[in-house]
Amino acid sequence: MGQTIAEKILSAHCGQEVYAGELAVAKVDFVMGQDGTAPLAARAFAEMGGQCVFDPERVAFVIDHSAPAPGEGVANIHQYLRKFAREQGIHLYEVGEGVCHQVVPESGRVGPGSLVVGADSHTCTYGALNAFATGMGSTDVAAAMISGRTWFKVPETFKIVLKGRLPAGVSAKDLILHLVGRFTADGATYMAVEFAGEAAGELSVEGRLTVANMAVEMGAKAGIFLADDKTFAWLGRYTRRFYAPVCPDPGARYARVEECDVSSLTPQVACPHRVDNVRPLEEVAGTPVQQVFIGTCTNGRLEDLRAAAGILAGRRVHRDVRLVVAPASRRVYLEAMREGVIQALVESGAAVVTPGCGPCVGTHNGVPADGENVVSTANRNFKGRMGNSKAFIYLASPATAAASAVTGKITDPRYFTPR
Amino acid sequence: MLLRGTAHKFGDDVNTDYIISGKYKFKTLDLNELARHIMEDIDPGFYNRIKPGDFLVAGKNFGCGSSREQAPLVMARAGLSAVLAKSFARIFFRNAINIGLPAVECNTDLIDAGDALELDLAAGRLVNLTKELVLPFKPLPPAMLAILKDGGLAAHFQKHGGFALGGENP
Repeated sequence: MGQTIAEKILSAHCGQEVYAGELAVAKVDFVMGQDGTAPLAARAFAEMGGQCVFDPERVAFVIDHSAPAPGEGVANIHQYLRKFAREQGIHLYEVGEGVCHQVVPESGRVGPGSLVVGADSHTCTYGALNAFATGMGSTDVAAAMISGRTWFKVPETFKIVLKGRLPAGVSAKDLILHLVGRFTADGATYMAVEFAGEAAGELSVEGRLTVANMAVEMGAKAGIFLADDKTFAWLGRYTRRFYAPVCPDPGARYARVEECDVSSLTPQVACPHRVDNVRPLEEVAGTPVQQVFIGTCTNGRLEDLRAAAGILAGRRVHRDVRLVVAPASRRVYLEAMREGVIQALVESGAAVVTPGCGPCVGTHNGVPADGENVVSTANRNFKGRMGNSKAFIYLASPATAAASAVTGKITDPRYFTPR
Repeated sequence: MLLRGTAHKFGDDVNTDYIISGKYKFKTLDLNELARHIMEDIDPGFYNRIKPGDFLVAGKNFGCGSSREQAPLVMARAGLSAVLAKSFARIFFRNAINIGLPAVECNTDLIDAGDALELDLAAGRLVNLTKELVLPFKPLPPAMLAILKDGGLAAHFQKHGGFALGGENP
């Protein structure tokens, strides 16, 4: 019987052919935790009688969500993680190295066919590299750290066929916002999403990372792309490890198949306070904005910073706006620096903060005030997400964020000629 | 195990940021401290209205968003004995079972705030005592039932020295 990508990867990791609906206890290739979830994983590890991790090379912690520590509570939690990592001999990505979902792909340890679990819901990002990657809670991750295994109900697959070509000024972020709006916050619950079609192949790997990142905003367990030359060229920058691509079989069974022609797509915005409250930008154009944030595991990569700089270079951030930029990783930061992208952003008035999650989760780096509107390139706009339940968060692409920073209101980036 | 309590009602798509906000959860591992802030952004004062054993009753897609295990942990610490919803987001559902908080999928339209409920997981019986209704609910997958019966995943692991769920082909 034909298999989907998810069924193939899970089968390869549990030693038998499994199909949607079956139980699989599978070996994992990599396990990740971050500073909001790893402390509980470390605690559960001890409670479960864990002595040592199954393979120190395959487990990593990342200090990114609240880094550098904004207070003693966080500082002590970070210290606890460092101690655990030292004792276990696992790699710990320190303050300033970047967001977990950028540093893990950059490590070269995840690629086509990999099975990854992470104590972070956006672990599904790595599906852009043809991996099966999924977020779990701390206790599940602790179990994987001890045993090198986890259990899955093999998911059904929802195939989204992307047709046509994205118009100029419309990005991968606009595409995934459109899909989340169309299929809603639970439209893919428990399912793996396969992103197929020529428009999926046209996306850069960075664009695919943006799309896969937000698969969980439709409730998906994983969001997976095919591997192609772009995938291997991207991986080749970081590793010499060999990965074999995983393709779905011709007879694979899909729970649902939908098409989306991207050719007529326009810039999209997710309005407060739901990620699936997505509207074409024109419907909310002109909404005043007090803070703009460019960064995160969704949109803090080089391509994103370039898109922002393309609009901001030679222009000034509006006097009523604070622009905060958090590069996704130190590597991205350095590359953007060498290209002059960081210089252009800082000259325009941006405050560049430590590579990491920035103000996305409301712990530091730019909590909005009561009644303020924020345009953010992040993936969640829940009430209170950025630390103040009386603020309003609009999710958009880096280009839309940059254009809105210049004008002080939600603005279509296509009005700006890139410089 | 027979659970009895009063229903507190919430709507659809309650995310884990609402259950416990990021502005608190990064600062401390002290669940007693975190529990005080349960649902603060959408229902201030909820913590003070919970009586031990009460049920949280919600609409569809409960627990969507972040993977934070602090969400079911603060619910249990705040005194809630179970969560009933029309459907659950998958990470929350796993986390709830893993930490030993029963999560039950049923038609919650038949429950109003303040209704007295009785849940017998072993017998597969949920009763709305106020409305005198027996509410059918979706049985847990066998793997999850096995974990819940052991008292959560940590206890399951300690008892069996690893996963004991079947489906393994070493």
